Amino acid sequence: MDWFPLWLSLRVATLATLISAMVGLPLAWWLAHGKFRGKGLLDALVTLPLVLPPTVLGYYLLIVIGRNSAFGSLYESATGGPLVFTWQGAVVAAVLHSLPLLVKSARAALEAVDHTYEKAARSLGAPEWKVFWQVSLPLARLPVMAAITLAFARALGDFGVTLMVAGNIPGRTQTVAVAIYDAVEAGDGETARTLVLAVSALALVIVWVAERLNSRAAAAS
Amino acid sequence: MMEARIRKKFRSGADSSGFTLDVHLRVGNGITVLFGPSGAGKTLTLDAIAGFSDPDEGRILLDDRILFDAAAKVNLPPRERACGYVFQNYALFPNMTLRENIYFAAAHLPRVERHKRVNEALERFALKDVAGRKPNQLSGGQKQRGSIARALVAEPGVLLLDEPSRGLDALLRRDLYDVLREVRSDYQAPIILVTHDLSECLELADHVLIYRDGQIVQSGEAPAIVESPTSVEVARMLGIFNLLPVEILALDPGRNWSKVRWNGMDIEGPYFPGHFLGDKVTLSVRPADLKVVNRQEKLAGNQVAVPLRRVVNTAEGVRLDFEGISVELSQSEYTTKTDNDSWVIEFPAQALRVL
Repeated sequence: MDWFPLWLSLRVATLATLISAMVGLPLAWWLAHGKFRGKGLLDALVTLPLVLPPTVLGYYLLIVIGRNSAFGSLYESATGGPLVFTWQGAVVAAVLHSLPLLVKSARAALEAVDHTYEKAARSLGAPEWKVFWQVSLPLARLPVMAAITLAFARALGDFGVTLMVAGNIPGRTQTVAVAIYDAVEAGDGETARTLVLAVSALALVIVWVAERLNSRAAAAS
Repeated sequence: MMEARIRKKFRSGADSSGFTLDVHLRVGNGITVLFGPSGAGKTLTLDAIAGFSDPDEGRILLDDRILFDAAAKVNLPPRERACGYVFQNYALFPNMTLRENIYFAAAHLPRVERHKRVNEALERFALKDVAGRKPNQLSGGQKQRGSIARALVAEPGVLLLDEPSRGLDALLRRDLYDVLREVRSDYQAPIILVTHDLSECLELADHVLIYRDGQIVQSGEAPAIVESPTSVEVARMLGIFNLLPVEILALDPGRNWSKVRWNGMDIEGPYFPGHFLGDKVTLSVRPADLKVVNRQEKLAGNQVAVPLRRVVNTAEGVRLDFEGISVELSQSEYTTKTDNDSWVIEFPAQALRVL
């Protein structure tokens, strides 16, 4: 039994969740509190990956990070290798897959914080980053952690975008979702069953943790 | 010195009728109370000053700084306004200890100075012993002092307090008033306090602005403002007046005398300048300024006999509610009068004011 796909998926999902959180939490804050033109458009853009077919997203990603793209060639000259069809490519795919969910739920969590605290912080002369980092985020800690946990589960489960951007190279870019597809195609029922059960159990635990965090948040408020 | 001209219009919606805030305040050092019923625009005024709500028109100046000017398109964000705001629920950050809360407000100071200032504030507001506690482990009074200390550490140019005594019991209120009086004497900047509680207004105010329906209907020094409401509305709001609709029957400036008719009874009062015979006016008189006397053979000119409706015990003594008029007297005075079988109200002439 080759456990590599599961380990790869865990590694990819962890890294993708970190990146999603670093990009997504400030973005969620900005969408929750900012007053700017085009906020509705930005909101729609963030939601789009939730509803578009994975192939469409994969296609866009190939255009943006492919070897001929500006970003792709920049990455290649910096690291010596291409981004597509590597496990790092799978990270990009997982970020795209998990970010919308993280932004949506983190935004809801940040908006639920009593605005009086933020007003108080601003009236005390705090700049916005400080309001976000020292007041809003700590106060929304539990639901934000729940949002990050769910984003991790979603990053773990990506199939379509990963397949298009990172491919299906066993031992290199084959994540667990792709490996299951591969095993079913090859008629390897045992591998498929084992991985399916492992992923299901993992997902169940993650969702349970997220629910616990949310119910603790509800109890605390 | 703080000056604000604020105009803000709210369109009527499904669940609200339209509302316009249109006020002009000039506020010096000391405590200025914005007094009025809920929904009169008091808190909205604070929010406009602090930068949480943008007026449609107007200008807000704090000392020599322009915080807001609609015409010149100046609108400083709240963090640059230096307006200390003490919120109704204190808004101490629940994720920080009291010390951290106050430290948060001292960010503009250099490190060493910062520690010193935070310690001074804790000392001054008697919070040293509880500095390491989170807000949910503090008593109501401690939270309150903590939020005032935190606001002052940021060195604001004006201190805004939104109903600071809401939800406090009588004893804590007294403590709060002591703290605020102390702050007033140390802090050389305007303090603006919002309340709908008359006794709080009178207890603390140097200056009172009376709000009604988005406008300032009267302003003046406290406590004199209570003695001289300029309109029926204000008298109603001050809530301590008998309002008597009367017709002027006779006026004599020479003797400083007048005679009016109320409910078919004649009462003598002082001369009312600017009014004519036959004018129908409203007189105000404080229940405590009226007297009840034993019935004599014949009623004097400023005495009327009125049926008594009920006797109410109050914090100060006893209130006698007659038909259309109330009289307040002390418990001991009431005891000497109880054996009267009929009640005669005497109007000391100088207690009558025309609105």
